[in-house]
Order: sequence, then C-alpha cells, then structure tokens
Amino acid sequence: MTSLTALCTLGVISILILILGYISYQGITSLSWQFLVETPKPVGEGGGIGNAIVGSLILLGLASLVGIPLGIAIGTYLAELGSGWFGTIVRFVADSLIGVPSIVFGVFVYALIVLQQGYFSTLAGSVALALIMIPIVTRTTEEIVKLVPKSMREGALALGAPEWRVTWDIVLPAAKTGIATGAMLAIARVLGETAPLLFTAFGSRFYNIYLDEPMASMPVQIYNYAISPFEEWHAKAWAATLVLITLILLINISVRYSTRKGY
Amino acid sequence: MDNTGRQDGQPLEDASPRNSRRRFSSSDKIYRFLLTACAALIIVVVLAMIAVIGQGSWLSIKEFGFGFLFGQTWDPIKGEFGALPFIYGTVVSSVIAVVIAAPLSIGVAVFLVEQAPRSLARPIAFLVEMLAAIPSVVYGLWAIFVLAPFLRQVVFPPLQASLGWLPFFKGTPTGIGMFTGGLILAIMITPIITAVVRDILEAVPVTQREAALALGATKWETSRIVLANAASGIAGAVILGLGRAIGETMAVTMIIGNRPQISASLFDPAYTIASVIANEFTEATGDLYLSALVEMGLILFVVTFIVTALAKLLILSVGRKTQHTA
Repeated sequence: MTSLTALCTLGVISILILILGYISYQGITSLSWQFLVETPKPVGEGGGIGNAIVGSLILLGLASLVGIPLGIAIGTYLAELGSGWFGTIVRFVADSLIGVPSIVFGVFVYALIVLQQGYFSTLAGSVALALIMIPIVTRTTEEIVKLVPKSMREGALALGAPEWRVTWDIVLPAAKTGIATGAMLAIARVLGETAPLLFTAFGSRFYNIYLDEPMASMPVQIYNYAISPFEEWHAKAWAATLVLITLILLINISVRYSTRKGY
Repeated sequence: MDNTGRQDGQPLEDASPRNSRRRFSSSDKIYRFLLTACAALIIVVVLAMIAVIGQGSWLSIKEFGFGFLFGQTWDPIKGEFGALPFIYGTVVSSVIAVVIAAPLSIGVAVFLVEQAPRSLARPIAFLVEMLAAIPSVVYGLWAIFVLAPFLRQVVFPPLQASLGWLPFFKGTPTGIGMFTGGLILAIMITPIITAVVRDILEAVPVTQREAALALGATKWETSRIVLANAASGIAGAVILGLGRAIGETMAVTMIIGNRPQISASLFDPAYTIASVIANEFTEATGDLYLSALVEMGLILFVVTFIVTALAKLLILSVGRKTQHTA
C-alpha cells in the first residue's frame, strides 16, 4: 500500500512540475524588456504588460494598507480577548469568510461601489482585494499570537504594564515574524486573484495612477490574452504568467525560508 | 508613552479569571474598545454583504421566486432567467473534482505523515502546497493549451471506444467541457484537502499507532486505524475542498465551455454559477438581467458559507485547531 500512496504523491508532484515547466518553456520565449514596460497594443504590434504590473502593485498596495492592519487587529483580538461568545462568533465568521469565493466579493463591491459611482475604479478593486485579505491575515495572526508564551504576558503585567503595552511591546514583537509570514501569504494569494477584479478594477490599456479610473492588473491581463483567438496574444499570456508565477513563488519560498530559520 | 497603566492602589489579588481581575486604566479601555471594534467590523462586513447582495437580487427574487432555482431557460433577450443549468454544472463539476481529489489527497497525506521519512516529507509537502499558490487564471491557461488537447487526443478516444455506450461518454469530445472542468478543479483542491488531512493525521496521538503496532497490526493496518479515528475530520477536509470547487471561477470559466445546458455527457460543454457571473456581469443590460446574476452570487455566497462552516465544525470535532490559509 505504501507504493500506492507514494504513487499518489508522485502524481501530484509531477502535475506541479508539468505546469511550472510548461509555463517556463512557453513564457521565456516572449519575455523581453519591452514586454515588461510597454502597454498592450493591437495584434501584430507587440505590446506588453507594463501597465498591468504597475496596476497590480497599486491595487495590492492599497488593499494591503487596509487589509493587513485590520486582519492583524482582529487576529490579535481573537487571541488576546476573544475567549467569550463574541470572540467565538467573530472566529466563526472569519473562518467561513475564507471559504467564500472571491467572485462573491467582486459582486458585493460592484453593487456597493461601482453601481453607486457609475464607473469601474481602482478603489473598488482594492476594496475587493482587501476584503479577501482580512480573514486570511486574521486567522494566521491569531494562530501565531496564541503561540506567544503566557509567561511573557504575565511577566509584563506583573511589572505593572497596562494591557495595551503588553500587546504592543511584548506580544506583537514576539510574533512579528509569523504575522509577517501570514501577511505575505495573503499578498501572494490576492496577487493572482482575477475574478474579483473583473468588474471592480475592470482593466485598462494605459498606465494609470488614479483611484477613480479603471486599472489594469496582471491576472486580468493574462485572462484577456488567454481567451483571445490570436496566437501572438497566447504567447503574451504565457510570458505574463511566467512573470506572475515567479513573483508568487518567490514570495512563498522566501517566506518558507525565513520562517524555517525563525523557529 | 508615559502612561503607566493601572491607577495605583488597585490590588491585584482579585485575580478571578475573567475581565474582573482588575480595574482597567483608561488606556486599556481604549485598547479593548479599538480591538473589539475591529473585530465587530468583520461581522458588519458580512451583514453588509448579505444586505447588499440580497438587495441586488431582490428584483429577480420578486420576479421568479423559488422558480429561479428550477428554471431551465437562460434567455437575457426575452428576460427569462433560470438557474438550473448552472446549478447542475456547478454540482457535477464539483462532484467530479471531489471524487478524484479526495482519494488522491488522502493518499498523499497518509504518505507524508505515516510513511515517508521526515527528511523527504518536508520538501514534498512544500511542493504540494505550491500547487495551492498557483492562481486560478494560470490553471485555466494551462488547461486550455495543455490539458484539454491532451485529453482530447490521448485520453478521450479510448475512453469513448470502451465506455461510449454509457450516456456519460457520448457526444464529441472536444476537450472543452464538464470533465475537463472537473479535472482542473480536482488538481486545484488537492493541495487544500491534503493540507487539512495532514494536520488531522498529525494530531492523532502516537500512542494509538504504537498500540496498534504492539497488537501486531501491519503498518498499513495501523494507518487504517488512524484514518478511521480521524474520519469525521477527513470528511470535513473533503467538504472544505468541495466548497472551494463550488466557488472556483476563472479556471472553470476558461475550460468548461460556458453553455447553459443539462447534458448527461461529461464531454459536453456546461456552465457554472461562478462562471456565468464572471462572463456576463459586465455586459448585463437591463436591471432584471443584472439582478438575476447578483442572485447567482447570493446563492454562491450562502452555499459556500454554509459548506465551509460545516467543514470547519467537522474538522474541529477531531479535537484540534487546523489551519487552511493557502
């Protein structure tokens, strides 16, 4: 039976290698400096994903600005104060939110913001991504903060420190590597999110820095290239995928490496 | 920063476990208030989601009532909207995914926890987790250009030759359709199920294994005993995977064919709830059309919320916290 389970494992690993291998093989041929800085152009005229890279970074930056601190705060609440009934409800809601499909957040933000304003916007896209990040960061933060030994808190309290200083100066610094890990994983996760951006940030063919205008992003650009009928654009989809997947894997691997050293 | 906290003269001796253990300084009151407010915010968000999505689907709910769930026609021009083909597509593709992914994931988890040497298990577990890091749209791209042609040319012809008399394998296998959609979903949920089952198996006490081995059980029999004891948790892990499959959007949208029909053949194109939202939301003309799509979102929201909560309860019943963040 060991051979059967080993076969399962081998199968799963080979799928990963097949996918990553094919992306590298297809993507590397279309990758160039121009591709990384130019905006999308009509078929036959080249073009690239420069604006999509910048767009992804802006969307992600804004989402992180809101999603990560909130997630950390809620996670800290759950670990430090969340033993009562209210904590149980919050924990249950956060857990269940992780399982809600990202496209539902897109629908929500569309009805909440886009429909009211009447146009697709960077702001709407960032809100959708932030909402996805919050429960993820919440859960990892809670797990990590709970690992901080009780004696450290008791020691600080015994010295007369108020609760907020115990959290701010003792508990959070002790847990900071783990919290950063959770935040980075959340970033890696939403970096690849397409569905919630389709009708919030929508997509754009130009460089853009304004919050109230549609914004390009790498995943949406990949999607548009991929479902087009043009072979030249398919090649661009692979190249953009190579860039995206490299970023995501780099985040994942560096996080793994840093946490292994940390413990 | 000069705040030293408690007012003096407050003895610490009434150390009853709850909040009454001491009187809070005003700074601690603010601290507690702020953290509680943040925590309350997540509940506000969920309530707002229910309210906003519910309100958005109101027009459609009023128009079609429960008939929406059973209607078979999806005709934006005539203004007729029924969700049944999409519900069918979602359920069948997710079931295909779970049927393939569940045994595979349990196999991988058993291998990693019970059989593989530690030095090998760690890097392999990391590689399996990497599968969860690949974005949905990338799976879709790979499915269009690699998986679908492979299935069309290599897998489907012999399958149809031998089992073509079954209604599931009739029709023209183009590679774009229900089966390919289910298969790509299976690949996507495998790392999620594997991670949770691994956590659960690792939580089963070593003494159980030792007891079984001491009674003369073989290594495989021991694994089976461990699996049986973790059964409810493993069921939870599988349901969690099912929830993911139900809500997966991009990869399925790119490969399932996007045709709202109910066909027994797994080779035929189908459509899922998430896909129809992704495809038609931006081009929905007319309030009723948009409202019908928002109602699709409402169905997805309610179903995945409940499924995830159920999975979580089952996993917790094994008696240990598990995480599934990726």
